[in-house]
Amino acid sequence: MATTFAEAAETVEHAARIEHVSKSFATPGGQQLVLDDISLDVAPGEFVTLLGASGCGKSTLLNLVAGLDRPSAGSIATDGRPALMFQEHALFPWLTAGKNIELALKLRGVAKTERRERAEQLLELVRLRGSYGKRVHELSGGMRQRVAMARALAQDSQLLLMDEPFAALDAITRDLLHDELTRIWAETGVSVLFVTHNVREAVRLAQRVVLLSSRPGRVAREWRVDIPQPRRIEDAPVAELSLEITEVLRGEIRRHGQH
Amino acid sequence: MASTETKTVTDAGSVEAGLDALEVVATGRTPFRQTFTGKILPPVVATVVVLVVWQALISFGIVDDPTKLPSPAAVGGEFKRAWLEGTLLGYIWTSVSRGLLGFLFALAIGTPLGLLVARVKFVRAAIGPVLSGLQSLPSVAWVPPAVIWLGLDNSMMYAVILLGAVPSIANGLVSGIDQVPPLFLRAGRTMGATGVRGAWHIVLPAALPGYLAGLKQGWAFSWRSLMAAEIIASSPDLGIGLGALLENGRNASSMSMVFEAIFLILFVGIAIDLLIFSPLERWVLRSRGLLVKS
Repeated sequence: MATTFAEAAETVEHAARIEHVSKSFATPGGQQLVLDDISLDVAPGEFVTLLGASGCGKSTLLNLVAGLDRPSAGSIATDGRPALMFQEHALFPWLTAGKNIELALKLRGVAKTERRERAEQLLELVRLRGSYGKRVHELSGGMRQRVAMARALAQDSQLLLMDEPFAALDAITRDLLHDELTRIWAETGVSVLFVTHNVREAVRLAQRVVLLSSRPGRVAREWRVDIPQPRRIEDAPVAELSLEITEVLRGEIRRHGQH
Repeated sequence: MASTETKTVTDAGSVEAGLDALEVVATGRTPFRQTFTGKILPPVVATVVVLVVWQALISFGIVDDPTKLPSPAAVGGEFKRAWLEGTLLGYIWTSVSRGLLGFLFALAIGTPLGLLVARVKFVRAAIGPVLSGLQSLPSVAWVPPAVIWLGLDNSMMYAVILLGAVPSIANGLVSGIDQVPPLFLRAGRTMGATGVRGAWHIVLPAALPGYLAGLKQGWAFSWRSLMAAEIIASSPDLGIGLGALLENGRNASSMSMVFEAIFLILFVGIAIDLLIFSPLERWVLRSRGLLVKS
Protein backbone atom coordinates (compact mmCIF):
# COMPACT_ATOMS: atom_id res chain seq x y z
CA MET A 1 0.00 0.00 0.00
CA ALA A 2 2.64 2.49 1.10
CA THR A 3 4.87 1.62 -1.83
CA THR A 4 2.05 2.22 -4.28
CA PHE A 5 1.45 5.70 -2.92
CA ALA A 6 5.15 6.49 -2.81
CA GLU A 7 5.59 5.71 -6.49
CA ALA A 8 3.14 8.47 -7.20
CA ALA A 9 5.68 11.26 -7.35
CA GLU A 10 7.07 9.95 -10.63
CA THR A 11 3.73 9.92 -12.39
CA VAL A 12 2.35 13.37 -11.78
CA GLU A 13 0.72 13.48 -15.21
CA HIS A 14 -1.82 10.91 -14.02
CA ALA A 15 -4.23 11.07 -11.12
CA ALA A 16 -4.25 7.29 -11.30
CA ARG A 17 -2.38 4.86 -13.51
CA ILE A 18 -3.62 1.29 -13.54
CA GLU A 19 -1.30 -1.01 -15.48
CA HIS A 20 -2.07 -4.62 -16.37
CA VAL A 21 -3.87 -5.22 -13.11
CA SER A 22 -5.31 -8.66 -12.39
CA LYS A 23 -6.98 -9.84 -9.24
CA SER A 24 -8.06 -13.31 -8.25
CA PHE A 25 -9.64 -14.56 -5.06
CA ALA A 26 -9.33 -17.98 -3.50
CA THR A 27 -12.71 -19.75 -3.55
CA PRO A 28 -13.65 -23.30 -2.58
CA GLY A 29 -13.62 -24.14 -6.30
CA GLY A 30 -10.08 -22.83 -6.78
CA GLN A 31 -8.73 -19.45 -7.80
CA GLN A 32 -11.34 -17.20 -9.31
CA LEU A 33 -10.14 -14.48 -11.65
CA VAL A 34 -12.14 -11.30 -11.00
CA LEU A 35 -10.10 -8.70 -12.87
CA ASP A 36 -8.09 -9.61 -15.94
CA ASP A 37 -5.33 -7.35 -17.24
CA ILE A 38 -6.99 -3.99 -16.68
CA SER A 39 -5.10 -0.93 -17.87
CA LEU A 40 -6.64 2.48 -17.32
CA ASP A 41 -5.35 6.00 -16.76
CA VAL A 42 -7.21 8.85 -15.15
CA ALA A 43 -5.81 12.24 -16.12
CA PRO A 44 -5.66 15.05 -13.56
CA GLY A 45 -9.07 16.68 -13.34
CA GLU A 46 -10.71 14.00 -15.46
CA PHE A 47 -14.08 12.45 -14.69
CA VAL A 48 -14.19 8.75 -15.61
CA THR A 49 -17.06 6.36 -14.96
CA LEU A 50 -16.54 2.64 -14.72
CA LEU A 51 -19.62 0.90 -15.97
CA GLY A 52 -20.48 -2.76 -15.79
CA ALA A 53 -22.99 -5.41 -14.83
CA SER A 54 -22.72 -7.50 -11.67
CA GLY A 55 -19.57 -9.55 -11.46
CA CYS A 56 -17.41 -7.18 -13.50
CA GLY A 57 -15.28 -6.48 -10.45
CA LYS A 58 -15.77 -2.71 -10.56
CA SER A 59 -15.89 -2.39 -6.77
CA THR A 60 -12.88 -4.69 -6.49
CA LEU A 61 -10.95 -2.43 -8.84
CA LEU A 62 -11.91 0.62 -6.78
CA ASN A 63 -10.74 -1.09 -3.59
CA LEU A 64 -7.40 -1.80 -5.26
CA VAL A 65 -7.02 1.82 -6.32
CA ALA A 66 -7.98 2.92 -2.80
CA GLY A 67 -5.23 0.73 -1.39
CA LEU A 68 -7.68 -1.38 0.64
CA ASP A 69 -6.48 -4.50 -1.18
CA ARG A 70 -3.50 -5.52 -3.31
CA PRO A 71 -3.60 -6.59 -6.95
CA SER A 72 -2.52 -10.16 -7.78
CA ALA A 73 -0.56 -8.81 -10.73
CA GLY A 74 0.15 -5.44 -12.26
CA SER A 75 0.62 -2.09 -10.61
CA ILE A 76 -1.44 0.88 -9.54
CA ALA A 77 0.02 4.30 -8.96
CA THR A 78 -1.92 7.23 -7.58
CA ASP A 79 -0.91 10.75 -6.70
CA GLY A 80 -1.24 10.47 -2.94
CA ARG A 81 -3.91 8.58 -1.02
CA PRO A 82 -7.23 8.64 -2.88
CA ALA A 83 -10.45 9.49 -1.08
CA LEU A 84 -13.22 6.91 -1.29
CA MET A 85 -16.98 7.33 -1.10
CA PHE A 86 -19.24 4.34 -0.60
CA GLN A 87 -22.81 3.48 -1.51
CA GLU A 88 -23.60 3.74 2.19
CA HIS A 89 -22.63 7.11 3.63
CA ALA A 90 -20.21 5.49 6.13
CA LEU A 91 -20.39 8.58 8.34
CA PHE A 92 -19.49 7.93 11.96
CA PRO A 93 -22.66 8.20 14.05
CA TRP A 94 -20.80 9.19 17.21
CA LEU A 95 -19.68 12.41 15.54
CA THR A 96 -21.66 15.36 14.21
CA ALA A 97 -21.59 16.16 10.50
CA GLY A 98 -18.93 18.80 11.09
CA LYS A 99 -16.82 16.57 13.32
CA ASN A 100 -16.90 13.80 10.71
CA ILE A 101 -15.28 16.20 8.28
CA GLU A 102 -12.85 17.41 10.93
CA LEU A 103 -11.73 13.86 11.62
CA ALA A 104 -10.61 13.54 8.01
CA LEU A 105 -8.79 16.86 8.36
CA LYS A 106 -7.20 15.76 11.61
CA LEU A 107 -5.99 12.46 10.18
CA ARG A 108 -4.45 14.43 7.32
CA GLY A 109 -2.58 16.57 9.83
CA VAL A 110 -4.49 19.86 9.51
CA ALA A 111 -3.87 22.09 12.53
CA LYS A 112 -6.63 22.19 15.11
CA THR A 113 -7.20 25.92 14.70
CA GLU A 114 -7.92 25.59 10.99
CA ARG A 115 -10.17 22.54 11.11
CA ARG A 116 -13.41 24.18 12.14
CA GLU A 117 -13.20 26.84 9.46
CA ARG A 118 -12.24 24.33 6.76
CA ALA A 119 -15.10 22.02 7.78
CA GLU A 120 -17.56 24.92 7.53
CA GLN A 121 -16.22 25.75 4.07
CA LEU A 122 -16.65 22.18 2.91
CA LEU A 123 -20.19 22.07 4.28
CA GLU A 124 -20.89 25.28 2.42
CA LEU A 125 -19.49 23.67 -0.75
CA VAL A 126 -22.02 20.83 -0.51
CA ARG A 127 -24.73 23.37 0.41
CA LEU A 128 -25.13 22.26 3.98
CA ARG A 129 -24.27 25.46 5.77
CA GLY A 130 -25.64 25.34 9.28
CA SER A 131 -25.49 21.55 9.52
CA TYR A 132 -22.16 21.50 11.37
CA GLY A 133 -23.69 20.35 14.66
CA LYS A 134 -26.23 17.94 13.18
CA ARG A 135 -26.02 14.30 14.09
CA VAL A 136 -25.88 11.80 11.24
CA HIS A 137 -29.31 10.36 12.05
CA GLU A 138 -30.84 13.81 11.88
CA LEU A 139 -29.90 14.15 8.21
CA SER A 140 -31.78 12.81 5.18
CA GLY A 141 -30.16 10.27 2.84
CA GLY A 142 -29.16 12.92 0.34
CA MET A 143 -27.73 15.18 3.04
CA ARG A 144 -25.71 12.28 4.44
CA GLN A 145 -24.17 11.58 1.06
CA ARG A 146 -23.30 15.25 0.72
CA VAL A 147 -21.59 15.24 4.12
CA ALA A 148 -19.77 12.08 3.01
CA MET A 149 -18.72 13.94 -0.12
CA ALA A 150 -17.47 16.85 1.98
CA ARG A 151 -15.57 14.42 4.19
CA ALA A 152 -13.99 12.79 1.15
CA LEU A 153 -13.01 16.21 -0.20
CA ALA A 154 -11.53 17.05 3.20
CA GLN A 155 -8.84 14.48 2.50
CA ASP A 156 -7.68 16.93 -0.16
CA SER A 157 -6.55 14.15 -2.46
CA GLN A 158 -6.15 14.48 -6.21
CA LEU A 159 -8.42 11.55 -6.83
CA LEU A 160 -11.93 10.91 -5.60
CA LEU A 161 -13.13 7.32 -5.89
CA MET A 162 -16.88 6.83 -5.79
CA ASP A 163 -18.44 3.38 -5.41
CA GLU A 164 -22.06 3.72 -6.58
CA PRO A 165 -22.54 6.61 -4.13
CA PHE A 166 -26.05 7.50 -5.27
CA ALA A 167 -27.44 4.00 -5.88
CA ALA A 168 -29.40 3.92 -2.62
CA LEU A 169 -31.02 7.34 -3.07
CA ASP A 170 -34.43 8.17 -4.49
CA ALA A 171 -34.55 9.47 -8.06
CA ILE A 172 -35.23 13.11 -7.19
CA THR A 173 -32.33 13.30 -4.77
CA ARG A 174 -30.02 11.42 -7.12
CA ASP A 175 -30.76 13.88 -9.90
CA LEU A 176 -29.87 16.80 -7.67
CA LEU A 177 -26.70 15.15 -6.44
CA HIS A 178 -25.62 14.64 -10.06
CA ASP A 179 -25.85 18.40 -10.50
CA GLU A 180 -23.96 18.93 -7.26
CA LEU A 181 -21.21 16.50 -8.13
CA THR A 182 -20.71 18.08 -11.56
CA ARG A 183 -20.53 21.52 -9.96
CA ILE A 184 -18.11 20.43 -7.22
CA TRP A 185 -15.94 18.56 -9.69
CA ALA A 186 -15.71 21.71 -11.84
CA GLU A 187 -15.04 23.92 -8.80
CA THR A 188 -12.38 21.78 -7.16
CA GLY A 189 -10.65 20.30 -10.20
CA VAL A 190 -10.48 16.92 -8.50
CA SER A 191 -10.21 13.77 -10.64
CA VAL A 192 -13.08 11.36 -10.23
CA LEU A 193 -13.27 7.63 -10.82
CA PHE A 194 -16.94 6.80 -10.45
CA VAL A 195 -18.31 3.26 -10.42
CA THR A 196 -21.91 2.62 -11.42
CA HIS A 197 -24.20 0.10 -13.11
CA ASN A 198 -26.48 2.89 -14.28
CA VAL A 199 -25.69 3.74 -17.92
CA ARG A 200 -27.47 7.09 -17.95
CA GLU A 201 -25.78 8.13 -14.76
CA ALA A 202 -22.43 7.24 -16.29
CA VAL A 203 -23.12 9.31 -19.41
CA ARG A 204 -24.69 12.18 -17.45
CA LEU A 205 -21.56 12.62 -15.33
CA ALA A 206 -18.47 11.51 -17.19
CA GLN A 207 -16.01 12.78 -19.73
CA ARG A 208 -15.12 9.19 -20.43
CA VAL A 209 -17.15 6.02 -19.89
CA VAL A 210 -15.25 2.76 -19.51
CA LEU A 211 -17.30 -0.40 -19.94
CA LEU A 212 -16.10 -3.50 -18.14
CA SER A 213 -17.09 -6.99 -19.20
CA SER A 214 -18.03 -9.50 -16.51
CA ARG A 215 -16.34 -12.62 -15.14
CA PRO A 216 -13.56 -11.80 -15.43
CA GLY A 217 -13.63 -8.02 -15.58
CA ARG A 218 -11.88 -6.67 -18.65
CA VAL A 219 -12.02 -3.29 -20.33
CA ALA A 220 -14.58 -3.97 -23.06
CA ARG A 221 -14.88 -0.52 -24.60
CA GLU A 222 -14.47 3.16 -23.94
CA TRP A 223 -16.48 6.19 -25.01
CA ARG A 224 -15.54 9.85 -24.86
CA VAL A 225 -18.54 11.93 -23.85
CA ASP A 226 -18.32 15.32 -25.53
CA ILE A 227 -21.76 16.55 -24.54
CA PRO A 228 -21.22 19.93 -22.82
CA GLN A 229 -21.97 20.31 -19.13
CA PRO A 230 -24.31 21.08 -17.47
CA ARG A 231 -26.15 18.07 -18.81
CA ARG A 232 -29.39 16.62 -17.64
CA ILE A 233 -30.13 12.96 -17.52
CA GLU A 234 -33.13 13.59 -19.83
CA ASP A 235 -31.09 15.36 -22.53
CA ALA A 236 -31.38 13.81 -25.99
CA PRO A 237 -27.62 13.38 -26.55
CA VAL A 238 -27.30 11.71 -23.14
CA ALA A 239 -30.15 9.37 -23.97
CA GLU A 240 -28.73 8.62 -27.41
CA LEU A 241 -25.29 7.65 -26.15
CA SER A 242 -26.83 5.72 -23.28
CA LEU A 243 -28.80 3.69 -25.78
CA GLU A 244 -25.67 2.87 -27.73
CA ILE A 245 -23.73 1.87 -24.61
CA THR A 246 -26.65 -0.16 -23.28
CA GLU A 247 -26.69 -2.20 -26.49
CA VAL A 248 -23.00 -3.06 -26.08
CA LEU A 249 -23.51 -3.78 -22.37
CA ARG A 250 -26.39 -6.13 -23.13
CA GLY A 251 -24.26 -7.88 -25.71
CA GLU A 252 -21.61 -8.43 -23.04
CA ILE A 253 -24.19 -9.78 -20.60
CA ARG A 254 -25.80 -12.01 -23.24
CA ARG A 255 -22.54 -13.89 -23.75
CA HIS A 256 -22.87 -15.31 -20.24
CA GLY A 257 -26.19 -17.01 -20.96
CA GLN A 258 -24.92 -18.84 -24.03
CA HIS A 259 -23.08 -21.74 -22.43
CA MET B 1 -23.77 28.77 -22.08
CA ALA B 2 -22.63 30.65 -19.01
CA SER B 3 -26.08 32.00 -18.31
CA THR B 4 -27.78 28.61 -18.51
CA GLU B 5 -25.10 27.23 -16.25
CA THR B 6 -25.74 29.72 -13.47
CA LYS B 7 -29.43 29.17 -13.83
CA THR B 8 -29.16 25.41 -13.45
CA VAL B 9 -26.86 25.78 -10.49
CA THR B 10 -29.04 28.19 -8.53
CA ASP B 11 -32.02 26.04 -9.36
CA ALA B 12 -30.31 22.96 -8.00
CA GLY B 13 -29.43 24.83 -4.81
CA SER B 14 -32.94 26.00 -4.05
CA VAL B 15 -34.55 22.69 -4.98
CA GLU B 16 -32.07 20.97 -2.75
CA ALA B 17 -32.79 23.29 0.17
CA GLY B 18 -36.48 22.48 -0.26
CA LEU B 19 -35.83 18.76 -0.39
CA ASP B 20 -33.63 18.93 2.72
CA ALA B 21 -36.38 20.75 4.57
CA LEU B 22 -38.94 18.17 3.47
CA GLU B 23 -36.88 15.19 4.49
CA VAL B 24 -35.63 16.29 7.86
CA VAL B 25 -37.84 15.03 10.63
CA ALA B 26 -38.34 17.43 13.49
CA THR B 27 -37.72 15.95 16.91
CA GLY B 28 -38.64 17.55 20.19
CA ARG B 29 -38.66 16.74 23.86
CA THR B 30 -41.32 14.49 25.27
CA PRO B 31 -43.79 16.57 27.29
CA PHE B 32 -43.61 16.03 31.03
CA ARG B 33 -47.18 14.74 31.21
CA GLN B 34 -46.28 11.92 28.82
CA THR B 35 -43.12 11.09 30.79
CA PHE B 36 -45.17 11.07 33.97
CA THR B 37 -47.90 8.71 32.78
CA GLY B 38 -45.51 6.55 30.75
CA LYS B 39 -42.42 6.30 32.94
CA ILE B 40 -43.05 7.48 36.49
CA LEU B 41 -46.59 6.38 37.26
CA PRO B 42 -46.34 2.62 36.48
CA PRO B 43 -43.53 1.78 38.95
CA VAL B 44 -45.20 3.93 41.62
CA VAL B 45 -48.47 2.02 41.12
CA ALA B 46 -46.62 -1.31 41.25
CA THR B 47 -44.92 -0.35 44.51
CA VAL B 48 -48.21 0.75 46.07
CA VAL B 49 -49.89 -2.53 45.03
CA VAL B 50 -47.08 -4.56 46.65
CA LEU B 51 -47.39 -2.55 49.87
CA VAL B 52 -51.18 -2.95 49.93
CA VAL B 53 -50.97 -6.73 49.41
CA TRP B 54 -48.26 -6.97 52.06
CA GLN B 55 -50.34 -5.00 54.56
CA ALA B 56 -53.41 -7.07 53.70
CA LEU B 57 -51.53 -10.31 54.45
CA ILE B 58 -50.84 -8.95 57.93
CA SER B 59 -54.17 -7.20 58.60
CA PHE B 60 -56.31 -10.17 57.61
CA GLY B 61 -54.12 -12.52 59.58
CA ILE B 62 -53.18 -14.63 56.56
CA VAL B 63 -49.58 -14.62 57.78
CA ASP B 64 -49.64 -14.25 61.52
CA ASP B 65 -46.03 -14.67 62.49
CA PRO B 66 -43.89 -11.48 62.75
CA THR B 67 -40.71 -13.61 62.77
CA LYS B 68 -41.63 -14.76 59.24
CA LEU B 69 -43.25 -11.65 57.83
CA PRO B 70 -42.96 -8.34 59.67
CA SER B 71 -45.52 -5.63 58.96
CA PRO B 72 -44.60 -2.74 56.66
CA ALA B 73 -44.80 -0.51 59.71
CA ALA B 74 -42.26 -2.63 61.62
CA VAL B 75 -39.79 -2.47 58.71
CA GLY B 76 -40.44 1.26 58.44
CA GLY B 77 -39.73 1.54 62.15
CA GLU B 78 -36.42 -0.20 61.62
CA PHE B 79 -35.48 2.38 58.96
CA LYS B 80 -36.53 5.18 61.25
CA ARG B 81 -34.49 3.82 64.15
CA ALA B 82 -31.37 3.42 62.01
CA TRP B 83 -31.86 6.95 60.67
CA LEU B 84 -32.31 8.45 64.15
CA GLU B 85 -29.28 6.57 65.45
CA GLY B 86 -27.38 7.99 62.52
CA THR B 87 -26.26 4.56 61.30
CA LEU B 88 -28.37 4.24 58.14
CA LEU B 89 -26.14 6.31 55.86
CA GLY B 90 -23.10 4.60 57.38
CA TYR B 91 -24.37 1.15 56.33
CA ILE B 92 -25.05 2.39 52.83
CA TRP B 93 -21.76 4.26 52.48
CA THR B 94 -19.68 1.30 53.70
CA SER B 95 -21.06 -0.90 50.96
CA VAL B 96 -21.40 1.68 48.20
CA SER B 97 -17.86 2.99 48.60
CA ARG B 98 -16.53 -0.57 48.51
CA GLY B 99 -18.68 -1.43 45.52
CA LEU B 100 -17.75 1.64 43.48
CA LEU B 101 -14.04 1.43 44.28
CA GLY B 102 -14.04 -2.27 43.41
CA PHE B 103 -15.91 -1.46 40.21
CA LEU B 104 -13.31 1.14 39.25
CA PHE B 105 -10.57 -1.44 39.77
CA ALA B 106 -12.54 -3.88 37.65
CA LEU B 107 -12.86 -1.20 34.97
CA ALA B 108 -9.11 -0.58 34.98
CA ILE B 109 -8.40 -4.28 34.55
CA GLY B 110 -11.34 -5.35 32.39
CA THR B 111 -10.86 -2.68 29.71
CA PRO B 112 -7.29 -3.51 28.63
CA LEU B 113 -8.10 -7.19 29.02
CA GLY B 114 -11.09 -6.84 26.70
CA LEU B 115 -9.00 -4.93 24.16
CA LEU B 116 -6.37 -7.65 24.25
CA VAL B 117 -8.92 -10.44 23.79
CA ALA B 118 -10.66 -8.59 20.96
CA ARG B 119 -7.53 -7.66 19.03
CA VAL B 120 -5.03 -10.48 19.61
CA LYS B 121 -6.12 -13.78 18.07
CA PHE B 122 -3.93 -15.91 20.31
CA VAL B 123 -5.21 -14.30 23.48
CA ARG B 124 -8.79 -14.69 22.28
CA ALA B 125 -8.33 -18.39 21.56
CA ALA B 126 -6.54 -18.87 24.88
CA ILE B 127 -8.79 -17.08 27.35
CA GLY B 128 -11.87 -15.96 25.44
CA PRO B 129 -13.97 -19.04 26.31
CA VAL B 130 -12.83 -18.94 29.94
CA LEU B 131 -13.80 -15.30 30.17
CA SER B 132 -17.30 -16.03 28.88
CA GLY B 133 -17.56 -19.09 31.13
CA LEU B 134 -16.59 -17.09 34.19
CA GLN B 135 -19.69 -14.97 33.72
CA SER B 136 -21.87 -17.92 34.55
CA LEU B 137 -19.89 -18.83 37.68
CA PRO B 138 -21.72 -17.35 40.69
CA SER B 139 -19.21 -15.02 42.27
CA VAL B 140 -20.20 -16.23 45.74
CA ALA B 141 -18.05 -19.26 44.87
CA TRP B 142 -15.00 -17.00 45.10
CA VAL B 143 -15.69 -15.96 48.71
CA PRO B 144 -14.21 -19.01 50.50
CA PRO B 145 -10.93 -19.04 48.52
CA ALA B 146 -10.65 -15.24 48.82
CA VAL B 147 -11.04 -15.47 52.60
CA ILE B 148 -8.37 -18.17 52.77
CA TRP B 149 -5.94 -16.28 50.52
CA LEU B 150 -6.44 -12.75 51.77
CA GLY B 151 -8.02 -13.08 55.19
CA LEU B 152 -11.05 -11.21 56.49
CA ASP B 153 -10.33 -7.72 55.28
CA ASN B 154 -11.25 -5.27 52.55
CA SER B 155 -8.79 -6.68 50.01
CA MET B 156 -10.77 -9.92 50.06
CA MET B 157 -13.95 -7.94 49.27
CA TYR B 158 -12.24 -6.25 46.33
CA ALA B 159 -10.91 -9.57 45.04
CA VAL B 160 -14.43 -10.99 44.95
CA ILE B 161 -15.76 -7.89 43.19
CA LEU B 162 -12.99 -8.07 40.59
CA LEU B 163 -13.60 -11.74 39.87
CA GLY B 164 -17.29 -10.98 39.45
CA ALA B 165 -17.08 -7.82 37.36
CA VAL B 166 -13.95 -8.08 35.21
CA PRO B 167 -15.32 -10.81 32.90
CA SER B 168 -18.51 -8.82 32.22
CA ILE B 169 -16.65 -5.63 31.43
CA ALA B 170 -14.09 -7.40 29.22
CA ASN B 171 -16.77 -9.40 27.41
CA GLY B 172 -18.85 -6.26 26.81
CA LEU B 173 -15.90 -4.58 25.16
CA VAL B 174 -15.12 -7.67 23.09
CA SER B 175 -18.64 -7.96 21.74
CA GLY B 176 -18.74 -4.20 21.16
CA ILE B 177 -15.58 -4.41 19.07
CA ASP B 178 -16.80 -7.50 17.22
CA GLN B 179 -19.92 -5.64 16.18
CA VAL B 180 -18.16 -2.62 14.69
CA PRO B 181 -19.42 -2.48 11.08
CA PRO B 182 -16.58 -3.35 8.65
CA LEU B 183 -17.64 -0.35 6.57
CA PHE B 184 -16.45 1.99 9.34
CA LEU B 185 -13.07 0.28 9.39
CA ARG B 186 -12.74 0.61 5.61
CA ALA B 187 -13.83 4.24 5.71
CA GLY B 188 -11.31 4.86 8.48
CA ARG B 189 -8.52 3.19 6.55
CA THR B 190 -9.09 5.28 3.44
CA MET B 191 -8.86 8.33 5.69
CA GLY B 192 -5.57 7.13 7.11
CA ALA B 193 -6.85 5.82 10.43
CA THR B 194 -4.84 2.64 10.79
CA GLY B 195 -3.18 0.96 13.77
CA VAL B 196 -3.42 2.91 17.01
CA ARG B 197 -5.11 5.87 15.33
CA GLY B 198 -7.68 3.52 13.87
CA ALA B 199 -8.32 1.99 17.28
CA TRP B 200 -8.64 5.38 18.95
CA HIS B 201 -10.71 7.23 16.35
CA ILE B 202 -12.80 4.42 14.89
CA VAL B 203 -12.86 1.12 16.79
CA LEU B 204 -13.27 2.38 20.35
CA PRO B 205 -15.99 4.95 19.70
CA ALA B 206 -17.82 2.47 17.47
CA ALA B 207 -17.64 -0.16 20.23
CA LEU B 208 -18.89 2.21 22.95
CA PRO B 209 -22.52 0.96 23.11
CA GLY B 210 -21.38 -2.64 23.68
CA TYR B 211 -18.80 -1.48 26.20
CA LEU B 212 -21.41 0.47 28.15
CA ALA B 213 -23.72 -2.56 28.24
CA GLY B 214 -20.76 -4.48 29.66
CA LEU B 215 -20.17 -1.79 32.30
CA LYS B 216 -23.80 -1.90 33.31
CA GLN B 217 -23.69 -5.64 33.74
CA GLY B 218 -20.29 -5.32 35.42
CA TRP B 219 -21.80 -3.03 38.04
CA ALA B 220 -24.65 -5.47 38.68
CA PHE B 221 -22.09 -8.25 39.12
CA SER B 222 -19.89 -6.09 41.37
CA TRP B 223 -22.79 -5.31 43.64
CA ARG B 224 -24.00 -8.90 43.82
CA SER B 225 -20.52 -10.24 44.52
CA LEU B 226 -19.97 -7.67 47.22
CA MET B 227 -23.24 -8.51 48.96
CA ALA B 228 -22.39 -12.21 48.88
CA ALA B 229 -18.98 -11.47 50.35
CA GLU B 230 -20.41 -9.21 53.07
CA ILE B 231 -23.03 -11.75 54.10
CA ILE B 232 -20.64 -14.68 54.30
CA ALA B 233 -17.57 -12.97 55.64
CA SER B 234 -18.71 -10.70 58.41
CA SER B 235 -16.17 -9.54 60.90
CA PRO B 236 -16.15 -6.58 63.32
CA ASP B 237 -13.02 -5.23 61.58
CA LEU B 238 -14.89 -4.88 58.30
CA GLY B 239 -17.49 -2.41 59.56
CA ILE B 240 -21.18 -2.91 58.95
CA GLY B 241 -22.18 -2.79 55.34
CA LEU B 242 -25.55 -3.82 53.98
CA GLY B 243 -24.61 -7.50 53.71
CA ALA B 244 -23.40 -7.54 57.31
CA LEU B 245 -26.62 -5.79 58.36
CA LEU B 246 -28.59 -8.61 56.78
CA GLU B 247 -26.49 -11.21 58.54
CA ASN B 248 -26.84 -9.34 61.86
CA GLY B 249 -30.60 -9.31 61.42
CA ARG B 250 -30.61 -13.04 60.89
CA ASN B 251 -28.46 -13.62 63.97
CA ALA B 252 -30.74 -11.40 66.03
CA SER B 253 -33.81 -13.20 64.60
CA SER B 254 -35.08 -9.76 63.57
CA MET B 255 -37.00 -10.23 60.39
CA SER B 256 -37.68 -6.51 60.09
CA MET B 257 -33.93 -5.84 60.09
CA VAL B 258 -33.46 -8.50 57.42
CA PHE B 259 -36.15 -6.83 55.32
CA GLU B 260 -34.54 -3.45 55.93
CA ALA B 261 -31.22 -4.79 54.62
CA ILE B 262 -32.80 -6.43 51.57
CA PHE B 263 -34.65 -3.24 50.66
CA LEU B 264 -31.49 -1.19 51.02
CA ILE B 265 -29.48 -3.59 48.82
CA LEU B 266 -32.16 -3.49 46.17
CA PHE B 267 -32.50 0.28 46.45
CA VAL B 268 -28.78 0.96 46.05
CA GLY B 269 -28.46 -1.40 43.09
CA ILE B 270 -31.35 0.27 41.29
CA ALA B 271 -30.29 3.79 42.25
CA ILE B 272 -26.74 3.42 40.89
CA ASP B 273 -28.11 1.99 37.67
CA LEU B 274 -30.71 4.74 37.31
CA LEU B 275 -28.38 7.57 38.27
CA ILE B 276 -25.21 6.54 36.43
CA PHE B 277 -25.48 3.77 33.88
CA SER B 278 -28.91 4.23 32.34
CA PRO B 279 -28.46 7.96 31.61
CA LEU B 280 -25.00 7.26 30.16
CA GLU B 281 -26.33 4.49 27.94
CA ARG B 282 -29.35 6.51 26.84
CA TRP B 283 -27.18 9.50 26.04
CA VAL B 284 -24.85 7.42 23.86
CA LEU B 285 -27.66 5.64 22.05
CA ARG B 286 -29.69 8.80 21.54
CA SER B 287 -26.78 10.77 20.13
CA ARG B 288 -26.32 8.02 17.56
CA GLY B 289 -29.98 7.80 16.70
CA LEU B 290 -30.17 4.25 18.06
CA LEU B 291 -32.83 4.98 20.65
CA VAL B 292 -36.16 4.67 18.90
CA LYS B 293 -39.09 6.35 20.55
CA SER B 294 -42.01 3.99 20.59
